Amino acid sequence: MTKSNPLVSIIKTLQGIGHRMVERIWRLGAGARLFFLTIVYSGESFKRFHLTMREIYSTGVMSLLIIIVSAFFVGMVLALQGYNTLQKYGSSEAIGVLVSLSLVRELGPVVTALLFAGRAGTAITAEIGLMKTTEQLSAMEMMAVNPIARVVAPRFWAGVISMPILATLFSMVGILGGYIVAVPLIGVDEGAFWSQMQASVDFQSDIVNGIIKSLVFGVACTMIALFEGFDAPPTAEGVSRATTRTVVISSLTVLGLDFVLTSFMLVI
Amino acid sequence: MDRTKIDLWVGIFVALGVAALLGLAMKVGNLTSGKIGETYSVTAAFENVGSLKPHAPVKSAGVAVGRVDSIAFNSKTYEAIVTIKIDKRYNFPKDTFANIYTAGLLGEQYVGLEAGGDEDVLKNGDKIAKTQDAVVLEKMISQFLFSKASETDKDAKSSTSTSASEVKPAGAKSTELGDAPF
Repeated sequence: MTKSNPLVSIIKTLQGIGHRMVERIWRLGAGARLFFLTIVYSGESFKRFHLTMREIYSTGVMSLLIIIVSAFFVGMVLALQGYNTLQKYGSSEAIGVLVSLSLVRELGPVVTALLFAGRAGTAITAEIGLMKTTEQLSAMEMMAVNPIARVVAPRFWAGVISMPILATLFSMVGILGGYIVAVPLIGVDEGAFWSQMQASVDFQSDIVNGIIKSLVFGVACTMIALFEGFDAPPTAEGVSRATTRTVVISSLTVLGLDFVLTSFMLVI
Repeated sequence: MDRTKIDLWVGIFVALGVAALLGLAMKVGNLTSGKIGETYSVTAAFENVGSLKPHAPVKSAGVAVGRVDSIAFNSKTYEAIVTIKIDKRYNFPKDTFANIYTAGLLGEQYVGLEAGGDEDVLKNGDKIAKTQDAVVLEKMISQFLFSKASETDKDAKSSTSTSASEVKPAGAKSTELGDAPF
Protein backbone atom coordinates (compact mmCIF):
# COMPACT_ATOMS: atom_id res chain seq x y z
CA MET A 1 0.00 0.00 0.00
CA THR A 2 1.60 3.27 -1.08
CA LYS A 3 -0.13 5.27 1.67
CA SER A 4 1.52 3.43 4.62
CA ASN A 5 5.04 3.43 3.04
CA PRO A 6 6.45 6.58 4.72
CA LEU A 7 4.85 5.60 8.03
CA VAL A 8 6.35 2.12 7.83
CA SER A 9 9.84 3.47 7.15
CA ILE A 10 9.60 5.89 10.10
CA ILE A 11 8.45 3.09 12.36
CA LYS A 12 11.31 0.90 11.14
CA THR A 13 13.85 3.63 11.82
CA LEU A 14 12.56 4.15 15.33
CA GLN A 15 12.58 0.42 15.93
CA GLY A 16 16.17 0.27 14.74
CA ILE A 17 17.23 3.06 17.10
CA GLY A 18 15.43 1.44 19.99
CA HIS A 19 16.98 -1.93 19.22
CA ARG A 20 20.48 -0.45 19.12
CA MET A 21 19.93 1.36 22.41
CA VAL A 22 18.67 -1.78 24.12
CA GLU A 23 21.60 -3.77 22.72
CA ARG A 24 24.04 -1.18 24.09
CA ILE A 25 22.47 -1.44 27.52
CA TRP A 26 22.69 -5.25 27.32
CA ARG A 27 26.40 -4.93 26.49
CA LEU A 28 26.90 -2.49 29.36
CA GLY A 29 25.35 -5.02 31.68
CA ALA A 30 27.50 -7.82 30.29
CA GLY A 31 30.57 -5.62 30.72
CA ALA A 32 29.65 -4.87 34.33
CA ARG A 33 29.20 -8.58 34.93
CA LEU A 34 32.66 -9.33 33.50
CA PHE A 35 34.13 -6.60 35.73
CA PHE A 36 32.50 -8.13 38.79
CA LEU A 37 33.73 -11.62 37.89
CA THR A 38 37.25 -10.30 37.24
CA ILE A 39 37.38 -8.83 40.73
CA VAL A 40 35.95 -12.00 42.29
CA TYR A 41 38.44 -14.30 40.53
CA SER A 42 41.45 -12.04 41.10
CA GLY A 43 43.03 -14.22 43.74
CA GLU A 44 45.00 -16.26 41.25
CA SER A 45 46.58 -13.24 39.57
CA PHE A 46 48.25 -12.39 42.89
CA LYS A 47 49.01 -15.91 44.09
CA ARG A 48 50.65 -16.71 40.76
CA PHE A 49 52.11 -13.28 40.34
CA HIS A 50 54.27 -14.24 37.36
CA LEU A 51 51.09 -14.23 35.25
CA THR A 52 50.49 -10.59 36.14
CA MET A 53 54.18 -9.80 35.66
CA ARG A 54 54.05 -11.10 32.12
CA GLU A 55 51.09 -8.90 31.41
CA ILE A 56 52.75 -5.86 33.02
CA TYR A 57 55.59 -6.48 30.60
CA SER A 58 53.22 -6.56 27.60
CA THR A 59 51.09 -3.59 28.59
CA GLY A 60 53.45 -1.41 30.60
CA VAL A 61 57.00 -1.96 29.47
CA MET A 62 56.13 -2.22 25.78
CA SER A 63 54.26 1.09 25.99
CA LEU A 64 57.28 2.88 27.48
CA LEU A 65 58.69 3.96 24.14
CA ILE A 66 55.56 5.67 22.87
CA ILE A 67 54.80 7.26 26.24
CA ILE A 68 58.28 8.70 26.74
CA VAL A 69 58.67 10.03 23.20
CA SER A 70 55.18 11.55 23.19
CA ALA A 71 55.73 13.08 26.61
CA PHE A 72 58.97 14.67 25.50
CA PHE A 73 57.37 16.28 22.48
CA VAL A 74 54.23 17.35 24.34
CA GLY A 75 56.37 19.05 26.96
CA MET A 76 58.44 20.83 24.35
CA VAL A 77 55.39 22.06 22.45
CA LEU A 78 53.75 23.26 25.68
CA ALA A 79 56.85 25.28 26.51
CA LEU A 80 57.01 26.81 23.03
CA GLN A 81 53.36 27.73 22.78
CA GLY A 82 53.22 28.88 26.37
CA TYR A 83 56.22 31.13 25.99
CA ASN A 84 54.77 32.59 22.81
CA THR A 85 51.68 33.81 24.64
CA LEU A 86 53.18 34.57 28.08
CA GLN A 87 55.88 36.88 26.81
CA LYS A 88 53.23 39.23 25.44
CA TYR A 89 52.21 39.93 29.06
CA GLY A 90 55.74 39.94 30.38
CA SER A 91 55.10 36.79 32.40
CA SER A 92 57.49 34.51 30.58
CA GLU A 93 58.87 33.30 33.92
CA ALA A 94 55.57 31.53 34.59
CA ILE A 95 56.36 29.02 31.85
CA GLY A 96 57.39 26.43 34.45
CA VAL A 97 54.05 26.76 36.18
CA LEU A 98 52.19 26.45 32.89
CA VAL A 99 54.02 23.33 31.72
CA SER A 100 53.96 21.53 35.06
CA LEU A 101 50.34 22.24 35.99
CA SER A 102 49.01 21.34 32.55
CA LEU A 103 50.93 18.09 32.53
CA VAL A 104 50.42 16.97 36.12
CA ARG A 105 46.74 17.82 36.35
CA GLU A 106 45.37 17.01 32.92
CA LEU A 107 47.64 16.05 30.05
CA GLY A 108 49.61 13.41 31.95
CA PRO A 109 46.68 11.17 32.90
CA VAL A 110 44.52 11.84 29.83
CA VAL A 111 47.08 11.58 27.03
CA THR A 112 48.67 8.56 28.70
CA ALA A 113 45.24 6.92 28.87
CA LEU A 114 44.56 7.63 25.20
CA LEU A 115 47.95 6.26 24.13
CA PHE A 116 47.53 3.30 26.48
CA ALA A 117 44.13 2.52 24.99
CA GLY A 118 45.58 2.72 21.52
CA ARG A 119 48.62 0.59 22.16
CA ALA A 120 47.97 -1.75 25.05
CA GLY A 121 44.19 -1.79 24.83
CA THR A 122 44.12 -2.92 21.23
CA ALA A 123 46.77 -5.56 21.94
CA ILE A 124 44.65 -6.95 24.80
CA THR A 125 41.49 -6.94 22.70
CA ALA A 126 43.14 -8.62 19.74
CA GLU A 127 44.81 -11.24 21.94
CA ILE A 128 41.65 -12.23 23.78
CA GLY A 129 39.54 -12.02 20.62
CA LEU A 130 41.95 -14.39 18.86
CA MET A 131 41.91 -16.74 21.85
CA LYS A 132 38.15 -16.82 21.57
CA THR A 133 38.28 -17.35 17.81
CA THR A 134 40.78 -20.21 18.02
CA GLU A 135 38.60 -21.73 20.78
CA GLN A 136 41.35 -21.56 23.37
CA LEU A 137 38.94 -20.07 25.92
CA SER A 138 36.45 -22.93 25.43
CA ALA A 139 39.31 -25.44 25.68
CA MET A 140 40.31 -23.90 29.00
CA GLU A 141 36.77 -24.17 30.30
CA MET A 142 36.71 -27.81 29.33
CA MET A 143 39.92 -28.44 31.28
CA ALA A 144 38.27 -26.80 34.34
CA VAL A 145 40.63 -23.82 34.13
CA ASN A 146 38.66 -20.64 34.78
CA PRO A 147 39.43 -18.47 31.71
CA ILE A 148 38.55 -15.28 33.58
CA ALA A 149 40.97 -16.07 36.39
CA ARG A 150 43.72 -17.24 34.03
CA VAL A 151 43.42 -14.78 31.14
CA VAL A 152 41.28 -11.77 32.03
CA ALA A 153 42.17 -10.94 35.64
CA PRO A 154 45.99 -10.80 35.23
CA ARG A 155 45.60 -8.41 32.30
CA PHE A 156 43.21 -6.28 34.31
CA TRP A 157 45.57 -5.89 37.26
CA ALA A 158 48.51 -5.36 34.93
CA GLY A 159 46.67 -2.44 33.30
CA VAL A 160 45.67 -0.96 36.65
CA ILE A 161 49.27 -1.18 37.93
CA SER A 162 50.87 0.14 34.72
CA MET A 163 48.68 3.18 34.12
CA PRO A 164 49.72 5.36 37.11
CA ILE A 165 53.38 4.52 36.49
CA LEU A 166 53.05 5.50 32.83
CA ALA A 167 51.15 8.69 33.68
CA THR A 168 53.76 9.78 36.25
CA LEU A 169 56.54 9.05 33.75
CA PHE A 170 54.66 11.07 31.14
CA SER A 171 54.39 14.08 33.47
CA MET A 172 58.04 13.92 34.50
CA VAL A 173 59.43 13.51 30.98
CA GLY A 174 57.09 16.23 29.74
CA ILE A 175 58.36 18.65 32.37
CA LEU A 176 61.93 17.76 31.40
CA GLY A 177 61.08 18.41 27.75
CA GLY A 178 59.56 21.74 28.69
CA TYR A 179 62.67 22.58 30.74
CA ILE A 180 64.95 21.80 27.82
CA VAL A 181 63.04 24.13 25.53
CA ALA A 182 62.49 26.90 28.05
CA VAL A 183 65.89 27.23 29.75
CA PRO A 184 68.70 26.40 27.32
CA LEU A 185 66.83 27.11 24.10
CA ILE A 186 64.62 30.11 24.85
CA GLY A 187 66.58 31.53 27.76
CA VAL A 188 64.08 31.68 30.62
CA ASP A 189 65.83 31.93 33.98
CA GLU A 190 66.44 28.46 35.41
CA GLY A 191 65.88 29.43 39.02
CA ALA A 192 62.60 31.16 38.21
CA PHE A 193 61.46 28.11 36.21
CA TRP A 194 61.82 25.64 39.08
CA SER A 195 61.02 27.92 42.02
CA GLN A 196 57.76 29.23 40.58
CA MET A 197 56.82 25.68 39.68
CA GLN A 198 57.50 24.46 43.22
CA ALA A 199 55.43 27.30 44.63
CA SER A 200 52.41 26.53 42.48
CA VAL A 201 52.28 22.73 42.28
CA ASP A 202 50.79 21.24 45.43
CA PHE A 203 51.60 17.58 46.04
CA GLN A 204 48.24 16.63 47.46
CA SER A 205 45.86 18.50 45.26
CA ASP A 206 47.74 18.25 41.96
CA ILE A 207 50.05 15.26 41.83
CA VAL A 208 47.93 12.89 43.92
CA ASN A 209 44.81 13.91 42.00
CA GLY A 210 46.62 13.17 38.76
CA ILE A 211 47.51 9.70 40.07
CA ILE A 212 43.92 9.06 41.15
CA LYS A 213 42.75 10.07 37.68
CA SER A 214 45.23 7.74 36.02
CA LEU A 215 44.08 4.85 38.23
CA VAL A 216 40.45 5.42 37.25
CA PHE A 217 41.42 5.68 33.57
CA GLY A 218 43.46 2.50 33.92
CA VAL A 219 40.48 0.59 35.27
CA ALA A 220 38.21 1.97 32.53
CA CYS A 221 40.54 1.42 29.55
CA THR A 222 41.65 -2.06 30.61
CA MET A 223 38.13 -3.19 31.37
CA ILE A 224 36.81 -1.91 28.06
CA ALA A 225 39.65 -3.63 26.17
CA LEU A 226 39.07 -6.90 28.04
CA PHE A 227 35.33 -6.86 27.52
CA GLU A 228 35.54 -6.06 23.82
CA GLY A 229 37.95 -8.95 23.33
CA PHE A 230 35.91 -11.34 25.43
CA ASP A 231 32.68 -10.43 23.68
CA ALA A 232 34.02 -10.20 20.12
CA PRO A 233 32.29 -12.27 17.43
CA PRO A 234 34.71 -15.19 16.86
CA THR A 235 35.61 -14.22 13.29
CA ALA A 236 38.50 -12.29 11.79
CA GLU A 237 36.25 -9.37 10.96
CA GLY A 238 34.69 -9.50 14.42
CA VAL A 239 38.06 -9.24 16.14
CA SER A 240 39.23 -6.34 13.98
CA ARG A 241 36.01 -4.45 14.60
CA ALA A 242 36.38 -5.14 18.32
CA THR A 243 39.83 -3.54 18.35
CA THR A 244 38.54 -0.34 16.73
CA ARG A 245 35.62 -0.29 19.17
CA THR A 246 38.11 -0.56 22.03
CA VAL A 247 39.98 2.55 20.94
CA VAL A 248 36.87 4.61 20.25
CA ILE A 249 34.97 3.67 23.38
CA SER A 250 38.05 3.95 25.62
CA SER A 251 38.87 7.39 24.29
CA LEU A 252 35.34 8.69 24.76
CA THR A 253 35.09 7.18 28.23
CA VAL A 254 38.43 8.63 29.29
CA LEU A 255 37.50 12.12 28.16
CA GLY A 256 34.07 11.93 29.77
CA LEU A 257 35.49 10.58 33.05
CA ASP A 258 38.13 13.29 32.97
CA PHE A 259 35.44 15.94 33.00
CA VAL A 260 33.58 14.26 35.85
CA LEU A 261 36.72 13.73 37.94
CA THR A 262 38.01 17.24 37.35
CA SER A 263 34.72 18.77 38.42
CA PHE A 264 34.79 16.66 41.62
CA MET A 265 38.39 17.56 42.34
CA LEU A 266 38.01 21.25 41.75
CA VAL A 267 35.03 21.44 44.07
CA ILE A 268 36.72 19.45 46.81
CA MET B 1 60.16 -14.76 26.56
CA ASP B 2 61.81 -16.24 29.63
CA ARG B 3 60.94 -15.21 33.10
CA THR B 4 64.21 -13.56 34.16
CA LYS B 5 64.06 -11.12 31.27
CA ILE B 6 60.44 -10.23 32.04
CA ASP B 7 61.24 -9.78 35.72
CA LEU B 8 64.16 -7.51 34.89
CA TRP B 9 62.16 -5.28 32.59
CA VAL B 10 59.17 -5.05 34.91
CA GLY B 11 61.54 -4.19 37.74
CA ILE B 12 63.11 -1.42 35.66
CA PHE B 13 59.64 -0.19 34.70
CA VAL B 14 58.44 0.05 38.30
CA ALA B 15 61.74 1.62 39.41
CA LEU B 16 61.37 4.28 36.70
CA GLY B 17 57.84 4.94 37.85
CA VAL B 18 58.87 5.37 41.47
CA ALA B 19 61.75 7.64 40.43
CA ALA B 20 59.36 9.76 38.38
CA LEU B 21 56.98 10.03 41.31
CA LEU B 22 59.78 11.07 43.67
CA GLY B 23 61.03 13.56 41.10
CA LEU B 24 57.59 15.05 40.79
CA ALA B 25 57.12 15.23 44.53
CA MET B 26 60.47 16.82 45.33
CA LYS B 27 61.40 18.92 42.34
CA VAL B 28 58.03 19.88 40.97
CA GLY B 29 55.81 19.92 44.02
CA ASN B 30 56.50 21.47 47.39
CA LEU B 31 56.69 18.34 49.49
CA THR B 32 60.04 19.19 51.12
CA SER B 33 59.22 22.74 52.08
CA GLY B 34 59.04 23.15 55.83
CA LYS B 35 56.67 20.34 56.69
CA ILE B 36 59.28 18.91 59.02
CA GLY B 37 59.90 20.31 62.46
CA GLU B 38 57.86 20.90 65.55
CA THR B 39 55.62 23.90 65.77
CA TYR B 40 53.70 25.83 68.41
CA SER B 41 50.30 27.47 67.92
CA VAL B 42 49.47 31.10 68.44
CA THR B 43 46.19 32.93 67.75
CA ALA B 44 45.56 36.42 66.44
CA ALA B 45 42.30 38.31 66.01
CA PHE B 46 41.70 40.38 62.87
CA GLU B 47 38.78 42.53 61.87
CA ASN B 48 39.18 41.57 58.23
CA VAL B 49 41.32 38.75 56.93
CA GLY B 50 40.70 39.52 53.27
CA SER B 51 41.38 36.40 51.23
CA LEU B 52 43.74 34.69 53.68
CA LYS B 53 43.42 30.92 53.43
CA PRO B 54 44.55 28.02 55.63
CA HIS B 55 48.07 26.81 54.69
CA ALA B 56 49.04 30.34 53.71
CA PRO B 57 52.64 31.09 54.72
CA VAL B 58 53.57 33.07 57.83
CA LYS B 59 56.64 35.18 57.13
CA SER B 60 58.87 37.36 59.22
CA ALA B 61 61.39 39.59 57.42
CA GLY B 62 60.35 37.80 54.25
CA VAL B 63 61.36 34.33 55.45
CA ALA B 64 58.70 31.65 55.94
CA VAL B 65 58.52 30.76 59.64
CA GLY B 66 55.21 28.93 59.78
CA ARG B 67 51.79 28.29 58.29
CA VAL B 68 48.24 29.46 58.88
CA ASP B 69 46.46 26.55 60.52
CA SER B 70 42.81 27.60 60.65
CA ILE B 71 40.58 30.66 60.45
CA ALA B 72 37.51 30.85 62.65
CA PHE B 73 34.84 33.48 63.33
CA ASN B 74 34.24 34.74 66.85
CA SER B 75 30.54 35.53 67.04
CA LYS B 76 30.94 37.54 70.26
CA THR B 77 33.50 40.07 69.10
CA TYR B 78 32.71 39.63 65.36
CA GLU B 79 36.38 39.17 64.62
CA ALA B 80 38.24 36.50 62.68
CA ILE B 81 40.47 34.32 64.87
CA VAL B 82 43.46 33.05 62.89
CA THR B 83 45.48 30.17 64.38
CA ILE B 84 49.04 30.08 63.11
CA LYS B 85 51.70 27.43 63.66
CA ILE B 86 55.22 28.81 64.07
CA ASP B 87 58.37 26.68 63.82
CA LYS B 88 59.76 25.90 67.30
CA ARG B 89 63.18 27.21 66.33
CA TYR B 90 61.92 30.79 66.19
CA ASN B 91 60.77 32.70 69.25
CA PHE B 92 58.79 35.91 68.95
CA PRO B 93 58.34 38.52 71.70
CA LYS B 94 54.92 39.02 73.24
CA ASP B 95 54.36 42.38 71.52
CA THR B 96 54.80 41.06 67.98
CA PHE B 97 52.73 42.71 65.28
CA ALA B 98 50.75 40.43 63.00
CA ASN B 99 49.81 41.98 59.66
CA ILE B 100 48.23 40.56 56.56
CA TYR B 101 50.19 41.40 53.44
CA THR B 102 49.74 40.50 49.82
CA ALA B 103 52.57 38.75 47.96
CA GLY B 104 53.12 40.84 44.87
CA LEU B 105 50.46 43.21 43.68
CA LEU B 106 47.50 40.87 43.29
CA GLY B 107 48.95 37.69 44.70
CA GLU B 108 48.22 35.40 47.59
CA GLN B 109 47.85 36.87 51.07
CA TYR B 110 50.13 35.87 53.90
CA VAL B 111 50.64 36.77 57.55
CA GLY B 112 53.69 38.94 58.29
CA LEU B 113 55.12 38.99 61.81
CA GLU B 114 57.10 42.00 62.98
CA ALA B 115 58.95 41.45 66.24
CA GLY B 116 58.50 44.00 69.00
CA GLY B 117 60.85 44.66 71.89
CA ASP B 118 59.32 42.67 74.73
CA GLU B 119 61.53 40.26 76.66
CA ASP B 120 58.84 37.61 77.21
CA VAL B 121 58.30 35.31 74.24
CA LEU B 122 55.10 33.87 72.83
CA LYS B 123 54.30 30.36 73.98
CA ASN B 124 51.92 27.70 72.74
CA GLY B 125 48.36 28.99 72.95
CA ASP B 126 49.22 32.66 73.40
CA LYS B 127 47.37 35.45 71.66
CA ILE B 128 49.02 38.12 69.53
CA ALA B 129 47.62 41.42 70.75
CA LYS B 130 48.59 43.84 68.00
CA THR B 131 47.16 43.08 64.60
CA GLN B 132 46.55 44.94 61.36
CA ASP B 133 43.87 43.85 58.92
CA ALA B 134 44.21 42.96 55.30
CA VAL B 135 43.97 45.68 52.71
CA VAL B 136 40.59 45.48 51.05
CA LEU B 137 40.62 47.13 47.66
CA GLU B 138 37.14 48.63 47.92
CA LYS B 139 37.90 50.34 51.23
CA MET B 140 41.05 51.85 49.79
CA ILE B 141 39.15 53.22 46.81
CA SER B 142 36.41 54.71 48.97
CA GLN B 143 39.03 56.21 51.31
CA PHE B 144 40.80 57.73 48.34
CA LEU B 145 37.58 59.14 46.93
CA PHE B 146 36.63 60.57 50.30
CA SER B 147 40.02 62.24 50.72
CA LYS B 148 39.90 63.60 47.18
CA ALA B 149 36.41 64.97 47.80
CA SER B 150 37.43 66.71 51.02
CA GLU B 151 40.52 68.14 49.24
CA THR B 152 38.44 69.72 46.53
CA ASP B 153 36.07 71.08 49.18
CA LYS B 154 39.01 72.78 50.91
CA ASP B 155 40.30 74.06 47.58
CA ALA B 156 36.91 75.43 46.67
CA LYS B 157 36.76 77.28 49.99
CA SER B 158 40.29 78.71 49.60
CA SER B 159 39.99 79.61 45.91
CA THR B 160 37.21 82.11 46.65
CA SER B 161 39.86 84.19 48.42
CA THR B 162 42.79 83.50 46.05
CA SER B 163 41.48 84.06 42.56
CA ALA B 164 44.89 83.77 40.91
CA SER B 165 44.95 80.01 40.89
CA GLU B 166 43.11 78.17 38.18
CA VAL B 167 39.89 76.56 39.27
CA LYS B 168 40.33 72.83 39.37
CA PRO B 169 38.52 71.18 36.45
CA ALA B 170 35.01 70.04 37.19
CA GLY B 171 36.19 66.50 36.84
CA ALA B 172 38.06 66.69 40.17
CA LYS B 173 35.09 65.50 42.14
CA SER B 174 34.46 62.56 39.83
CA THR B 175 36.51 59.43 40.08
CA GLU B 176 40.07 59.91 38.92
CA LEU B 177 41.38 56.47 39.64
CA GLY B 178 44.23 56.97 37.22
CA ASP B 179 46.43 58.45 39.94
CA ALA B 180 45.46 56.07 42.68
CA PRO B 181 48.32 55.66 45.19
CA PHE B 182 48.67 52.01 44.31
